[in-house]
Amino acid sequence: MYSEKVIDHFNNPRNVGEIPDANGVGQVGNAKCGDIMRISVLVENDVIQDIKFKTFGCGAAVATSSMVTEMVKGKTVQEAMSVTNKAVAEALGGLPGEKLHCSNLAADAVHAALNDYTEKKMRV
Amino acid sequence: MYKLSDNHPDQSKQTGVVRQANSVGVGQTAEVHQAGRASHASHTSQASHTSHASQIGPANHTGAAGRRVYLDNSATTPQDYRVTEAMMAFMTETYGNPSSVHQFGRVARTAVEKARGQVADLIGATPEEIVFLSGGTEANNLAIQGVAHARANKGHHLITTAIEHHAVLDVMEDLAKNGYELTVLPVDSEGLVSVAEVQAAIRPDTILISVMHANNEIGSIQPIAEIGTLARENGVLFHVDAVQSLGKLPISVIDMNIDMLSVSGHKIYGPKGIGALYIRKGVKIKPMTLGGGQERNIRPGTENVAGIIGFGEACRLAAEGMGGAFAVELLRDKLLNGIVERISDVVVNGPLGDKRMPNNVNVSIKFVEGESLLLSLDMQGIAASSGSACTSGSLDPSHVLMAIGLPHEIAHGSLRLTLGKQTTEEDVDYVLEKLPPIVERLRAMSPLCDCAASQH
Repeated sequence: MYSEKVIDHFNNPRNVGEIPDANGVGQVGNAKCGDIMRISVLVENDVIQDIKFKTFGCGAAVATSSMVTEMVKGKTVQEAMSVTNKAVAEALGGLPGEKLHCSNLAADAVHAALNDYTEKKMRV
Repeated sequence: MYKLSDNHPDQSKQTGVVRQANSVGVGQTAEVHQAGRASHASHTSQASHTSHASQIGPANHTGAAGRRVYLDNSATTPQDYRVTEAMMAFMTETYGNPSSVHQFGRVARTAVEKARGQVADLIGATPEEIVFLSGGTEANNLAIQGVAHARANKGHHLITTAIEHHAVLDVMEDLAKNGYELTVLPVDSEGLVSVAEVQAAIRPDTILISVMHANNEIGSIQPIAEIGTLARENGVLFHVDAVQSLGKLPISVIDMNIDMLSVSGHKIYGPKGIGALYIRKGVKIKPMTLGGGQERNIRPGTENVAGIIGFGEACRLAAEGMGGAFAVELLRDKLLNGIVERISDVVVNGPLGDKRMPNNVNVSIKFVEGESLLLSLDMQGIAASSGSACTSGSLDPSHVLMAIGLPHEIAHGSLRLTLGKQTTEEDVDYVLEKLPPIVERLRAMSPLCDCAASQH
């Protein structure tokens, strides 16, 4: 049901954890549907220097979280904002149909973290 | 190719039985374990097997690919090799149609009637009260639809419970959309129905009560005899879905005042695609299919002869092996207690003690999600299931876990391990060794959990 890439990211997730001095944190999903993703970012000079995730959810939820951190690390905020959930699923070699609507939220979580970063910056 | 038994080294040659390691545990599509996937693609294994499970498939063994432990016996069971042996002739040389007059037909008819007697014996019925059909789902459909339509002139009120299998609930809900009135009784936090609530729900126009004997997810055993008495006193027909309890708990349709009882072959080490509905003599039900008159016109169609023979043999073996339930229960307790001792923040779903199925473990492991657990266990060769939404094909977790009042995030973390007669203490030890680090890893990833050290 899952591609080898999904299983690889599920088994060996990249960038798990939380950044203590993060300047942007975003969380999406809810317990009702069974997927919660929290992304923390450290942005310096408009570039994502570090990114970490914590995810409660199924195999697809973990794998998309892991994949998106790899996709946006080192990218500018603007570049990262243009990464879509669809692109994350494609980078994983696709997801089972029923997972596309429920567990494919990782890009949204990154966007939420970057929006948090942008808002905090504007307040300063 | 895989030999089933060291004790019977020549059996496969003698009978030509094809036995594959991975055909023993054919899971339902919702499960992610290897055995389930193997049902969609043929697969051979070179792994050697241990001899403890000589009578049934080598579901659990150590081999080149590592240990495999099948703990999803409420989804399906490996077919007992003696069942396969009994069926073989009816898939080869004995191919007559039981309805035929000639000797080919007569041989098949005799065997089908013998099997009918074996099924009847296991539930205390008479052979003529047994109708063979395709399985538990069809049995539930036929019982409920058949009675609702046959008794429409007597009333339109139906009673069931919130934790029934979908093969009951969906039929009931469909009838409720088509002129019938439905009462769905709640269950308590252990998944038990109150007899007093059943009593209070009965009305003058109630025609049918349907309550499952044992729940497939959390293993709760309902007070069937008490509800049966109540139904009989009130002139209401009583249907029981006994798919999970057949062969594991004693069933007497007479003593329990049961009017209809659904049973299935593949949950008791028999074949898939065969089941039966017990219909008490004198109870009228309207058939769902019309045709050639087989099965007393209630379920016409040429009989699944090999399946019926296998089901009969499985019932005979179940009656013989009923005493083995205690051994399974001891292993179940070791597994359940071991999980609770080794992992923190675990909730046991369903009752403890004699109101729980002897082979059922169901726990919610907080802060982790069920499908992630199943995937991780599968990678260690352990086959389990979960009530998580991710394994149900919908966005909601299991209706049973919701009915016992679990919050969503706890229900999403449910893990069901169901033991079988082939389960060994080594299997249990293996799960107790592999599960805690899996939980620890997933919890370290979980935003719901700040517990870096979740073990104790």
